[in-house]
Amino acid sequence: MSESAFAVETKDLTQRFGRFTAVDRVTMTVAKGEIYGFLGANGAGKTTTIRILCGLLRPTSGSAFVNGHDVIRYPERVKAGIGYMSQKFSLYEDLRVRDNLVFFGGIYGLGRERIEQRIAEITSATGLTELLTRKVRGLPTGWKQRLALACAVLHDPGIIFLDEPTGGVDPVSRRTFWDFIYSLADAGKTIFVTTHYMDEAEYCHRIAIMYQGRILMCDSPSAIRESTGDALLEDAFIRLITRESDTETGGD
Amino acid sequence: MQRLRAIMKKELLHIIRDVRSLTIIFLLPLIMLVLYGYAIRLDLKNIPLAVWDADNSQESRELIRAFTHSGYFTLTLHAITPVDPLEVFQERRAKSVLAIPVDYGARLHDGRAIPVQFLSDASESNTATIAGQYAEQIILSRLMSRFGTDAPLPDVRALVLFNPELESKVFVVPGLVAILFMMICALMTSITIAREKETGTLEQILVSPVRTAEIIIGKLFPYMFLASLIGVVVILIAIFWFGAPFVGSPLLLAVFSIVYLLCSLAIGILISTRVRTVQVAMMAALVITMLPSIMLSGFVFPIASMPLPIRILTHIVPARYFLVIIRGIMLKDASLYLLRFQILPLCILTFILLVVSIRRFRTTLE
Ligand SMILES: Nc1ncnc2c1ncn2[C@@H]1O[C@H](COP(=O)(O)OP(=O)(O)O)[C@@H](O)[C@H]1O
Ligand SMILES: [Mg+2]
Repeated sequence: MSESAFAVETKDLTQRFGRFTAVDRVTMTVAKGEIYGFLGANGAGKTTTIRILCGLLRPTSGSAFVNGHDVIRYPERVKAGIGYMSQKFSLYEDLRVRDNLVFFGGIYGLGRERIEQRIAEITSATGLTELLTRKVRGLPTGWKQRLALACAVLHDPGIIFLDEPTGGVDPVSRRTFWDFIYSLADAGKTIFVTTHYMDEAEYCHRIAIMYQGRILMCDSPSAIRESTGDALLEDAFIRLITRESDTETGGD
Repeated sequence: MQRLRAIMKKELLHIIRDVRSLTIIFLLPLIMLVLYGYAIRLDLKNIPLAVWDADNSQESRELIRAFTHSGYFTLTLHAITPVDPLEVFQERRAKSVLAIPVDYGARLHDGRAIPVQFLSDASESNTATIAGQYAEQIILSRLMSRFGTDAPLPDVRALVLFNPELESKVFVVPGLVAILFMMICALMTSITIAREKETGTLEQILVSPVRTAEIIIGKLFPYMFLASLIGVVVILIAIFWFGAPFVGSPLLLAVFSIVYLLCSLAIGILISTRVRTVQVAMMAALVITMLPSIMLSGFVFPIASMPLPIRILTHIVPARYFLVIIRGIMLKDASLYLLRFQILPLCILTFILLVVSIRRFRTTLE
């Protein structure tokens, strides 16, 4: 089972909070080495889906396999092989950059030498080397975001989940950030990213357009634009969502 | 092991990096201790004294002068007619009353026993105790100056009104340790867990392969260590600075301190499972642990004088048991057997709280 061809595979994944359905029968597959994007407005259910896939949340129904492991039944089998960067980059602000990296390496069970080696690799790739002894508090958002990513990938996971990783970050930092993501994908990592920025969605190999907990369409950005006949992804996105809400009200 | 160490190390870094909190945690007990010690000394000059001098003789006036000249007492009321001590105390006109019998001078001449009465307002227990000691010394030195070295020792009989459990400063130190342990363990652990919830770092830890036990042990061990360290410092200061006795077994005290620390930690975890923010955690910890530990443990108010419902409530306050245990061991070399009615409930309470808190912690994380 762990030799599955897919990095992520879900079937009818559903999450209800009381009577509200946050994730509605989501079925998808993400190939290994793919950059897969979740595009949707706030409240579409992106974060909830990611939290299920990371083993933080137990879904109401449906199945989810990550790295070939059933994440609902055996979340601990999945955990060592994934990296997760949550929506608000969660770092220890009172500690130094280096302390944060050492800590996240440590909780994944990495030995001291391995941690040092990985810190050297990652900080040179992200440009964090100069800042190692700086306290996190006071760093510009762009640097914090890079550090959060560095922490999430220090243990060299095969799949990396990024939940709106570039929120509130300037365009230049966003660009460097994506360069790093590409280098990870080139190294064979699977990237699962959520966003509501259209330019960012364009960077993905495939995107799933999410609306009210459901995936409306999933394809490459160019295929989605072609299917609606729009030149811009944003127009295509809006067209798809308007169409959907129209059929809803029409059906009532 | 690697993961446990990572969490412990990080938690220690938080503690060390947060210089302000660390200073407060270390200084607060010391300030309390020192204030307490000096408050006694400052108070004990010029204790307001009321005198009922029924004799009004040369000799009785000499005795009164001995009191005022000592510097410990200031005469606020000098009457030849009867003085009601209760009235004097209630009206705060004096803290001590000296009553000299009508035949004082005559008895002194004949060398007969003289029933001089010295009363103190024991609602300020320390002042009362020490005022009594001064009075005894002054009377003794009066006797010595008259009869030389073979002067008869004054026969002092103390009758304590208002505050039957006379507490002296040596009683405060054990209470302080009990409260500090509660404060550092329950308050600090609930705050650190709540803080990680608030900033989202807890979620980041939970996606890693770290186990619940590793999170709990790794987070709590540094605080237990810190609390023990402060406990030792406070006790050492109490012994070497204030001359508090430590007659019992340090090992026994260490064992039950650990039980009590675990109990406090369990309460801290329990609070953290119920709250989302640091502010709420702090408030909850103060209300649930600090206040009961101070008010309902017998530290400030004697349990025996509380109304029945409150007295029943004190049975679930861990500090109540630990206070008796630490006082017993430090001051009286109490044995395990003697303390069994404190040790048993404390252990049971700790066990229940630990099981419940760890279980709750686990389920709320999922
Ligand atoms: N623990 C929860 N309890 C109740 N509702 C929740 C919970 N988590 C998320 N939701 C709701 O689910 C919906 C989807 O949220 P989320 O997955 O965070 O969306 P997105 O990440 O796409 O902005 C939102 O309406 C949100 O309010
Ligand atoms: Mg979200």
